[in-house]
Amino acid sequence: MPMRRRWDGTGAERRSMPKACAAVMRGMVFWTIGLTVASAQGPVPPHDNPYASADIAYGATVYAAKCVTCHGAQGDAIGGVNLRSGTFRNAVIDRDLERFIRNGSTAGMPAFALDAADMAGIVAYLRNMNAFDAATVKAGDEARGRAIFLGKGACTDCHRIDLDGSRVGPNLSDIGAVRSAGSLQRSLVDPTSQMMPINRPVRVVTKDGAIINGRRLNEDTYGLQIIDDHERLHSLVKADLREFTISKMSPMPSYKGKLSDDEIGDVLAYLLSLKGR
Amino acid sequence: MIARRRSFAWWIVSLIGVLSLRVHGQVTSERLAAAPSEPQNWLTYSGNYSSTRYSPLNQITPANVKNLKLQWVYQSPIAGNWQTTPLVVDGTMYITQRLNDVVALDAATGRAFWIYRYTPAQDRVVCCGANNRGLGILGDTLFMGTLDAQLVAIDRKTGRAIWKTEVASTKSGYSITHAPLVVKNKVIVGVGGGEYGIRGFIAAYDAVTGREAWRFYTIPAPGEPGSETWERCPAEAKPFCDPEAWKHGGGSIWMTGSYDPRLNLTYWGTGNVGPDYNGVQRPGDNLYTASVVALDADTGTLKWHYQFTPHDVYDYDSVQVPVLVDNWAGSRVNVVTWANRNGNFYVLDRETGRFLLGKPFVKVNWMSEFDERGRPKQTPQPEGQPTYPGNQGGTNWYSPSFSQRTGLFYVSAWEDYASIYAPASSQYKEGTNFVGGGPRNLTAVPGAPGLGRSPINTWTEAAGHGAVIAVDPATGREKWKFTMTDVTDSGILTTGSDLLFTGGREGFFQALDARTGSLLWKTNLGAAINSGPISYRVGNRQYVSIVSGLSLFVFALDE
Repeated sequence: MPMRRRWDGTGAERRSMPKACAAVMRGMVFWTIGLTVASAQGPVPPHDNPYASADIAYGATVYAAKCVTCHGAQGDAIGGVNLRSGTFRNAVIDRDLERFIRNGSTAGMPAFALDAADMAGIVAYLRNMNAFDAATVKAGDEARGRAIFLGKGACTDCHRIDLDGSRVGPNLSDIGAVRSAGSLQRSLVDPTSQMMPINRPVRVVTKDGAIINGRRLNEDTYGLQIIDDHERLHSLVKADLREFTISKMSPMPSYKGKLSDDEIGDVLAYLLSLKGR
Repeated sequence: MIARRRSFAWWIVSLIGVLSLRVHGQVTSERLAAAPSEPQNWLTYSGNYSSTRYSPLNQITPANVKNLKLQWVYQSPIAGNWQTTPLVVDGTMYITQRLNDVVALDAATGRAFWIYRYTPAQDRVVCCGANNRGLGILGDTLFMGTLDAQLVAIDRKTGRAIWKTEVASTKSGYSITHAPLVVKNKVIVGVGGGEYGIRGFIAAYDAVTGREAWRFYTIPAPGEPGSETWERCPAEAKPFCDPEAWKHGGGSIWMTGSYDPRLNLTYWGTGNVGPDYNGVQRPGDNLYTASVVALDADTGTLKWHYQFTPHDVYDYDSVQVPVLVDNWAGSRVNVVTWANRNGNFYVLDRETGRFLLGKPFVKVNWMSEFDERGRPKQTPQPEGQPTYPGNQGGTNWYSPSFSQRTGLFYVSAWEDYASIYAPASSQYKEGTNFVGGGPRNLTAVPGAPGLGRSPINTWTEAAGHGAVIAVDPATGREKWKFTMTDVTDSGILTTGSDLLFTGGREGFFQALDARTGSLLWKTNLGAAINSGPISYRVGNRQYVSIVSGLSLFVFALDE
């Protein structure tokens, strides 16, 4: 979405937000309040000051103009660098981040001579990149969400958070840092629409007839690595398989109708609080 | 009679001359032009002036390739995407490593003779990684372009700099990342910086003095031929239109060109127009971006051009290595063959630039057909809809290969890969990013990873996959295809025994049968391959080398 926002390159135009942008920002203000409640109960955010939603929205346009070519729209186009995480190897506080952007790196990132507004915007956006897609989301109560996650929702039958739960489904310990609020909400009501392609369920039949069902961890031209429904890791050579199918359907049930809208909001608040260690 | 005697005497003198030069090991321009006659060496970036990346060596064969053994490894101390292709001259290998080092190695053992370190200026501006792809050589001198847009001449025996010339200003976003091309007594380089609003050019420098001999701007100035393709902005244009768009029109050069000694023409592919994605601020075809230009090698005069992607809004750089093929399709026409980032395979008459053939080698929906002069009928996709091929292209800068033996052209391709473009206005500011919006990958799920670089293939088949495609240049049709799961940034080498070597992002280095595409051998080198393989011989042994991750691996059959 940030990619779609436009500005025509003049300073005056930058400051006057298009209507659509303003609507997004109103939504963000609403959502930011929800997040503030959630994070008050969770870990302290890793930044030293809050960010104006106008800076975040403007930063998205700076990102689209200057960063997206190398880092990609999702901030993960460079291996080992995930800008959506909001935390950075070479920058703890915002001044580090600014210095890094201004100086570039020997690993290949060029230096960017940004003016004050651009720099404030890009820093605000990078710190909140993951939350930017949040306009339509209503987050609820984190503690209630945790109770639903562990109880009624039976989420730990498949998912694991830190040391608790199953390893069969994707580990959710840092899901609040790597997925946006909107995506997590959609994932609860329409799991297939949000299933990451790498997580697609795999069914293989080996040459000697053994059947293995599992979740894909990695794949290349000659082989694949999976975790099966008994939490066993398998590294398989494709040439040794009689059958190999990848399903595009998520095995996760939809919680639409099973949980109320408020309960889904609560689970969402809990998921967003999961930032990893 | 006298004439005959004189010609005989000349022959003797020439022979003595050639022999004495051989004794001293000087790499003359005659040797460069006749590179295929000394297959033990690898004298230019693509192995020969036709840039076929074909080695006539045939000790390693389809029958024995399974016995290949690792002979030595050289590890670079500097992290980052390593894209170099070595030169090999009479048993010595010369490679560049990040940032702008040159290393001379014993090509049989990997032990180093010397390292030359050049530290590019701190204010350098380089898009997409601090890359250097290799060297040129003439006499006893190596030539390297640097990240801060200098051209350096280095003594190949001592590793000491001989001269240094500023090609362009790094402050304005210029850089050099490709290997120079040496033609006669000149060193030809072009400038990178297509994402920084440069005005691209190709220039030739005297190999002895470093003095500039000629310069060809890939963006014509007002009044020059081609300038009419930088059209006037409509009155009171909205959205933003730049009346001086040509001044920062891009047209960068970041891959090495080719040379036809008979026509004395040198062929270079040009990069994207600036800003990359926002066409409305630079109306017109925007020559000579996304084109091939054929230049007189002595003067830099433009002989002909062909534009692959007029008014490009997809970042379809046309910097691919031009592959020169003689007697196309059994005719007497000598051609340039070209698998372009825009997804089409092209054949052009290399004397006149006449369009002979254009055919997609991957899914293409930005255009539908060619007219008889080769102009594509463009079919822009509606906003939010995917464009094929995606931003990284149907192929990119990865060296292709052509084998005279099989008659096939080989390209590293990205299939089922698309981007959704979102242009935005971009104000030019010296030395800063100037791209005009940006693309995002078409993915199965919003927020799913794009095509990243990691040992874990998280993007998977949902975002695209790689392939080696063998194309019949006579028809543009696919002869065979070797499909990979991840994408590939590897170049391709073919050999005199009909082997094809290539890598990919998965870190596998593999040998295929060049006639059928069947897999004959593979090894896992553990990191993405972002360079092209070469082959050379020391003593009686044929070697094949490839860079994977931070290591240069060299293979041969055990003695």
